[in-house]
Amino acid sequence: MTKIAVVSAGLGDPSTTRMLADAFAAKVNELAPATAVEVFGLRDLAHDIVDATLAGFASPRLQSVIESVQQADGVIVVSPIYQASYSGLFKSFFDAFENDSLIGKPVLTAATGGTARHSLAIEYALKPMFSYLQTVLVPTGVFASPHEWGSNGERALDTRIERAVRELLSLVEGHGTGRSFDDSIDLFSETMLSISDPIS
Amino acid sequence: MGIQLGIFTVGDVTMDPTTGRTPTEHERIKATVEIAKKAEEIGLDVFATGEHHNPPFVPSSPTTTLAYIGAQTENIILSTSTTLITTNDPVKIAEDYATLQHLVDGRMDLMLGRGNTAPVYPWFGKDMSKGIELTIENYQLLRRLWDEPVVNWEGKFRTPLQGFTATPAPLDGVAPFVWHGSIRTPEVAELAAFHGDGYFANNIFWPKEHYIRLINFYRQRFEHYGHGRPEQAIVGLGGQFFMRKNSQDAVNEFRPYFDNAPVYGHGPSMEDFTAQTPLTVGSPQQVLERTLAFADYYGDYQRQLFLVDHAGLPLKIVLEQLDLLGEILPTMRAEFAARRPAGVPDAPTHASRVSAAQAQQPVEVGA
Repeated sequence: MTKIAVVSAGLGDPSTTRMLADAFAAKVNELAPATAVEVFGLRDLAHDIVDATLAGFASPRLQSVIESVQQADGVIVVSPIYQASYSGLFKSFFDAFENDSLIGKPVLTAATGGTARHSLAIEYALKPMFSYLQTVLVPTGVFASPHEWGSNGERALDTRIERAVRELLSLVEGHGTGRSFDDSIDLFSETMLSISDPIS
Repeated sequence: MGIQLGIFTVGDVTMDPTTGRTPTEHERIKATVEIAKKAEEIGLDVFATGEHHNPPFVPSSPTTTLAYIGAQTENIILSTSTTLITTNDPVKIAEDYATLQHLVDGRMDLMLGRGNTAPVYPWFGKDMSKGIELTIENYQLLRRLWDEPVVNWEGKFRTPLQGFTATPAPLDGVAPFVWHGSIRTPEVAELAAFHGDGYFANNIFWPKEHYIRLINFYRQRFEHYGHGRPEQAIVGLGGQFFMRKNSQDAVNEFRPYFDNAPVYGHGPSMEDFTAQTPLTVGSPQQVLERTLAFADYYGDYQRQLFLVDHAGLPLKIVLEQLDLLGEILPTMRAEFAARRPAGVPDAPTHASRVSAAQAQQPVEVGA
């Protein structure tokens, strides 16, 4: 079964970031009912995330969420925009991942903000981060400012959510770039082979 | 002896958070010697010191310290945790540790590692991105300097050697036993396996699942290279504890040290950290049970080293911890021996390695 993980870095309760994350989950269910969607709120993991940045390893609770995200076929990430960028908690969560562990993963970026002036944060902050992680980015990023929760028409929030989810599902069905994380030990790497073939 | 039990030190100079007092470097170095002598007094088998080249750490010259301790002890094996194979010249490692081996009559070995401080590489003219290649090449040279009387050698990272002989040659013609320490790098496990050397898993900072994977890999590769069955591979583990007769006293007394510790302080709670890593804070019985359980998931092993002098604990408390360890030591030793299956080798010593080497020599005809 295809699995989609939704990561919400909303801090409030209720939170518009979580609302947007839930809207994405609902849209995936609507368009692809056979897909398993799970939404992970980072608020409840906040202490575990900070602990992981200090201790260098994730608690069992955080590790299980990280593994769910790594094992998903596609990921939807939703962060509030604070001070012109994603929230610190959002970044720290992804800092706790093993290097390369999101390679080849289709990722849909989304954000909420208190003003429409933050809307380009997806393009200059979220997308570069997920480009660095060598994920496959869904072209449409979705930014929701407060007034959009009441919008309608061609450019309405729901329309953009649907467009982005359709792009994500299409990428997921095509398996992205065909690359994925592999943490098996490569016995035949040049470095490994040099151990049993000493320079004489 | 079956398993070797001992302690290892990082050698950090850390403020005691309960008094606000930071020892001087002089006090820390002298305390290290006291701790090593105490380790011998309570009957431990091994004392190992780290190697660092930046504050707040003092042990930049391990063989100097170990030789000084060696002169004041009789039985304890002196080792390192770790000797930097990346940034030290392998020729100097060969010479320094062979000298130590002679001075202490073989009562030493060493653990190689890559260190934990990135700028050490540039300070010693090396490139950190080449850390693993440096480890492999330097170790291959070290091996030859100890095993061959005359070495012709050329590599990528060091001036070539023509007709070079490292002095002194190892005691009795048998090089010091080498452990390879690592937290997460499979190449280090492979290097240990290829040479039939010991593999030491840090077992302090991370949950046990990380180390199980690496130790199992090392055991399989040890067999692959023909050194014996997987359970015959030579495995060492770290560990750490704080104990008092009454476990609640241990928790209360250690908490301010834990909460302010340089590595994990201000992070996970002590309760989470003890649940998720091998740290035990409690009664001697709890430390005993937790330590004996290591063999359940890593397999029976050859060396257990505890980190005791850290997080700003004053010398007095460290010595009290060692007294408590001394009290459970006979039981720990007996229990490890009782559970040890036949065929699991003893921890290597100079004497056992000399006997093994002699057994391999052809018998002289007509002697």
